[in-house]
Amino acid sequence: MSKRLADVFVRCKAENRAALVGYLTAGDPDVTSSRELLLALADNCDILEIGMPFSDPMADGPVIQAASERALAAGAHIDDVFALTRAVRDAHPEIGIVLMGYANVPYAMGFETFAEKASSAGADAVLIVDIPPEEGHICDAALKKHNLDRILLLSPTSPDDRIKLACENGSGFIYYVSLTGITGADMGNMESIRSKVAHIQALSARASNHMPVCVGFGVKTPEQATQVAQFADGVVVGSHFVSRIAENSDHDSMRSAMLTAANHMRQALNSGVSGDNI
Amino acid sequence: MSSLPEHNDFAAMYNLEITHAPDAGGHFGRFGGRFAAETLMQPLKEIEEAFFDAWNDDAFHAERLALLENYVGRATPLYHAERLSKQNGGAQIYLKREDLTHTGAHKINNTIGQGLLARRMGKKHVIAETGAGQHGVATATVAAMFGMSCDIYMGREDMARQMPNVLRMRLLGANVIPVDSGTATLKDAVNEALRNWVATCEDTFYIFGTAAGPHPYPLLVRQFHTVIGQEARAQILKQAGRLPDVAVACVGGGSNAMGLLHPFRDDASVKLVAVEAAGYGLTTGKHAASLAAGKAGILHGNLTYLLEDDEGQVQGTHSISAGLDYPGIGPELAFMLEQGRLTLDAATDAEAMTALQTLTRSEGIIPALESSHALAAGARIAKAMQPDQIVIINLSGRGDKDMDSVFKHMGWLEDAS
Repeated sequence: MSKRLADVFVRCKAENRAALVGYLTAGDPDVTSSRELLLALADNCDILEIGMPFSDPMADGPVIQAASERALAAGAHIDDVFALTRAVRDAHPEIGIVLMGYANVPYAMGFETFAEKASSAGADAVLIVDIPPEEGHICDAALKKHNLDRILLLSPTSPDDRIKLACENGSGFIYYVSLTGITGADMGNMESIRSKVAHIQALSARASNHMPVCVGFGVKTPEQATQVAQFADGVVVGSHFVSRIAENSDHDSMRSAMLTAANHMRQALNSGVSGDNI
Repeated sequence: MSSLPEHNDFAAMYNLEITHAPDAGGHFGRFGGRFAAETLMQPLKEIEEAFFDAWNDDAFHAERLALLENYVGRATPLYHAERLSKQNGGAQIYLKREDLTHTGAHKINNTIGQGLLARRMGKKHVIAETGAGQHGVATATVAAMFGMSCDIYMGREDMARQMPNVLRMRLLGANVIPVDSGTATLKDAVNEALRNWVATCEDTFYIFGTAAGPHPYPLLVRQFHTVIGQEARAQILKQAGRLPDVAVACVGGGSNAMGLLHPFRDDASVKLVAVEAAGYGLTTGKHAASLAAGKAGILHGNLTYLLEDDEGQVQGTHSISAGLDYPGIGPELAFMLEQGRLTLDAATDAEAMTALQTLTRSEGIIPALESSHALAAGARIAKAMQPDQIVIINLSGRGDKDMDSVFKHMGWLEDAS
């Protein structure tokens, strides 16, 4: 596991709290504003997921689809994603950075070049939604060569053999998709999420490669984040932050809405109490 | 495969052996595979297992083939288009009449198979994407017959140009869901159907319409369509006493092409031709010719040829026929092309429109605009051949759905758009 990602989870554990993992699509709504927004979110997160815009984001709900469309319409290129990553890294030497997206963008560039650029921009890990462990042969060697963790997803439909597969082939952390659905949908039953996460943690503990488990895809409110933080090692919040961009028309209000939203999430995790109280 | 129920001269026509299978992961060489979100990996594996289980079950084939015979109307004729051949000059043109199937296109071969599979897996709800609407109609049809509820995802742009099919689907009881994202055509309908399936996969079967997508769909769709080529092969041997020199099919995703061409794959003397939609022309950038102008990429669960920009963003496509308007291609066709077993050709919008009129006037058959691409290229190829040679063209669908576009093209209707 990347030293930096490992340190993040050690630090959070020492503070007796779950890690806050925030997501924004790079280049949304344009590259200049995106830089400010990513930096604002990074101030409040332990790990930042930087989305690589794609024309066909099949696993994303309307909010993140629209983010990709805005970024591409404003002319975002893959090199902008690397430059934005560099900007976050320079400002936050200790934050974990995960590049997240779909296979065709790195495949078009070639995984070797992609991994080299991602690594030298300061990324710690890569999460490609549509490359399951079985297809890792197209990227694993390149990622490994450039010391990038490969974050793998697990979902409510993943049986034990797939959980083991993810534990053996992934690194950094396990991203548990809390619902059978797309990003930004409504969260499933908290008790069933809790028991599945506990089961994954138990299987992961038995694997040679013990990984923290972060939960995401439906976490929208500080209350939900607090509940998930009771049992998960990290809480991923995406659509909730991306919505702050869609809901505001000028960059200052986007940035201040982002800061407020990120602050609320952060406080919810710090205090470990229900968001009703903050 | 062992014997099927006795009666059955009809069933005897079909070879149920799976040849040229992909590897265990669904790869055809470097193409194909299962590039799917984690949530779909287990449902896809379950479909794969159910498919192989069914394919090895005589009862499954007995029911499937009985439906193909008595409900779909197979075997479809192989028709020697003598007037067209004479007018065109060169080789003899034979038409595989998929347009005469129930619902008017080859798509029903696959939806019968997948519908039976859905029922076998205990699913009561089916979803599908559609471009021209033929796959949507064929899915809505089997959903009605099997008593399943049905949602069809269709790009809003395609709905406008294929309104008769939208209305047919509604009449059949399907819920047609307009897709506005992206380019509002077939690729976006696939995205939206996948998004829905991720959320509903426990009780929903996704009836995928073409020989693409994540494993096992390319294999499964191919196998359900091989009836086309297996019949054509038996029919030409009976009618002409020999194999054809060339077999021609249009390609969007590749379902009718794999259906016709696959059974001739081991006949080295038969040239296999795939005709892509050249839109306004291959040099204009406004076309849907993924094999001719694309490069290897990953979309909709498989590695295949894609029309994309330098950074892997999938590009919008153009074809007069909604059914060919897709930026990808079945992975096995990409593999066959790289293996040298597939010959590429293309027809423009204008050539397809001309071919439609030519067939209509010479033979009294109105083809779909998709199939008209195969007719345009097939006639061109035949013309350069000898009269004792044979070209089989897959007439994959009938043209009723396209009449609005054709009438406007002829200047008989005002273009309301």
